[in-house]
Amino acid sequence: MVTPSLRLREVTKSFPAPDDPLRQRLVLDGITISLTTGELVSLVGPSGCGKSTLLRLIAGLEVPDSGELMIGSEAITGPSAERGLVFQDPNLFPWLTVRRNIEAGLVARGLLQERRDEVGEFMSLVGLEAFGNAYPHHLSGGMAQRVALARALINHPKVLLLDEPLGALDAFTRMRMQDEVLRLWSARRSTTLLVTHDIDEAIYMSDRIVIMTARPGTIDRIIPVTLDRPRDRSSSEFLQLRGEILELLHFAGGATPETILTARVASA
Amino acid sequence: MLQSRQISRKDAVIPGETEQPERASGERFGAVTMDSALANKTRLSTRALSVVPLAAAVALVIHLFLSTNEPAAEGRTYTLFLSLFFAVAVAFAITQRWWPALRARMRRLRPIFTVALLLLCAWQVITSGFRLLPLPYFPSPAGVLQSMINDRALLFDSTWHSLILLLSGYTLGVIAGFITGVCIGWSAPARYWGMPILKVVGPIPATAWIPLAMVVSPSAVISAAALIALAVWFPVTMLTASGVSNTRASYLDVARTLGAGPRYLIFRVAIPAALPTIFVGLFMGLGASFLTLVVAESVGVKSGLGWYVSWAQGWAEYGKVYAALIIMAAFFSTIMTLLFKLRDRVLIWQKGMIRW
Repeated sequence: MVTPSLRLREVTKSFPAPDDPLRQRLVLDGITISLTTGELVSLVGPSGCGKSTLLRLIAGLEVPDSGELMIGSEAITGPSAERGLVFQDPNLFPWLTVRRNIEAGLVARGLLQERRDEVGEFMSLVGLEAFGNAYPHHLSGGMAQRVALARALINHPKVLLLDEPLGALDAFTRMRMQDEVLRLWSARRSTTLLVTHDIDEAIYMSDRIVIMTARPGTIDRIIPVTLDRPRDRSSSEFLQLRGEILELLHFAGGATPETILTARVASA
Repeated sequence: MLQSRQISRKDAVIPGETEQPERASGERFGAVTMDSALANKTRLSTRALSVVPLAAAVALVIHLFLSTNEPAAEGRTYTLFLSLFFAVAVAFAITQRWWPALRARMRRLRPIFTVALLLLCAWQVITSGFRLLPLPYFPSPAGVLQSMINDRALLFDSTWHSLILLLSGYTLGVIAGFITGVCIGWSAPARYWGMPILKVVGPIPATAWIPLAMVVSPSAVISAAALIALAVWFPVTMLTASGVSNTRASYLDVARTLGAGPRYLIFRVAIPAALPTIFVGLFMGLGASFLTLVVAESVGVKSGLGWYVSWAQGWAEYGKVYAALIIMAAFFSTIMTLLFKLRDRVLIWQKGMIRW
């Protein structure tokens, strides 16, 4: 069934320690994982476990100390349009209108002339046809994040990297946006790697959940989620799986009070 | 409580009428248009309307009372000027009823015009009235107006020359400053070599180069343009470089993952992101260019408003000096306003902009 679309082998990365620039601090240690084409995988773990760094490595914005990162059969050497990245902050270009923000990828690659029709298509895909000429500072958080998604998707990336894209949204917008992201994902089936703090979000959305531990960041275990889609957040299977994962995190050794707190708040 | 205090403060400024609420920066689209629409609908009271014509009438009466102290020609011109002002003020006060745009404008400008007229009165009372200030250094407003009219051809010519010199120097400086600024802001080697030069040469006031410029350059006008360009170059370079190098890293990261090459990163990310800072540099450069223009004109160049001022001063014709100063003020502030308009247009995307 499977062609590995994204493959990481023994990836390590260290940064200068914040308190002593001469010393290196290991951030990621021996990360090995592969994603099959069209798979949606979540990365869950305490803050400081290197989730974002891992995403930046795959995006090509950072260079690993050692190890191998492959897309299909090609090694990742730098940033490219085939790996779209969406941050928690939408990072829209404030000087461009919504439409021009979405066009940015096409402009950057000199493809705007031939693929101009797609811009409208992507604007309606994320439901923003009416806001084409608005500037980002007029958008709400959810709308801005939808623009950011459209901007990444217009390049038809092979891999979509989402770095807590819904982390800054309120609970209701967040749940709506989870469905929105799932809809976009199932329409295009691009391989997606989602970093999140929210265990419910991970269970609701992903095919597999990668649980990481911190300092240095390592993969603790990978949990497949076999529930049928669309998933029901209140079904007994869902709640049971959540209970198991919470328990795992609790005893996984990498859990910080923060994660436990999130989990408790979520279950309350 | 707060509300009533605010109203009483407003009353102190403009009797009998409430002021338009101060514009909240950043809410230019919704709130303000509604406020001004509301303000346009409300009528101005007769008392409020008569303030400016009344001030003009007072000025006119004082002038006529004092005009025996002044040369006849000056007196007549100034009478004409004040009468004209009075007539226009009355005409506006009547037509505003059917002209909402004018009404909004009047509402805003009325206090300023009133105070300006009263200041003119005070000026006249002090000079030709009580003769408190020595002549010829402090002529009456009538004298200044007469000088302005008598010497209009030369004044116009001087303004024209100043404009040409200012624009050529400023444009040159902005182009040079922008290019060096982007290079220093973007590339590490350019920063390494450029910054020391900028730090050492930049802070020297452009006017300090005048002795050198006089020796080196073939013509005074060219050297003046070069000096203005130098004065503009420094702030524009400094702020462009700082704006470009402070581009948010995440904008650049996003652009890279969208497939952007260096050209896109520089011209479509770093420079637009730096524009607000670049405009600060443009304003600082404009201020520096005014200063350099006037100094260069009064030292070497034999034309322009700066030259006119020192020339008129040489003949002790202080009426002309003030006339030139008034024109200079109007001239410089018009250019400044144009730059602000340009900025408002270019930076329309920016949140919470300060208005001129």
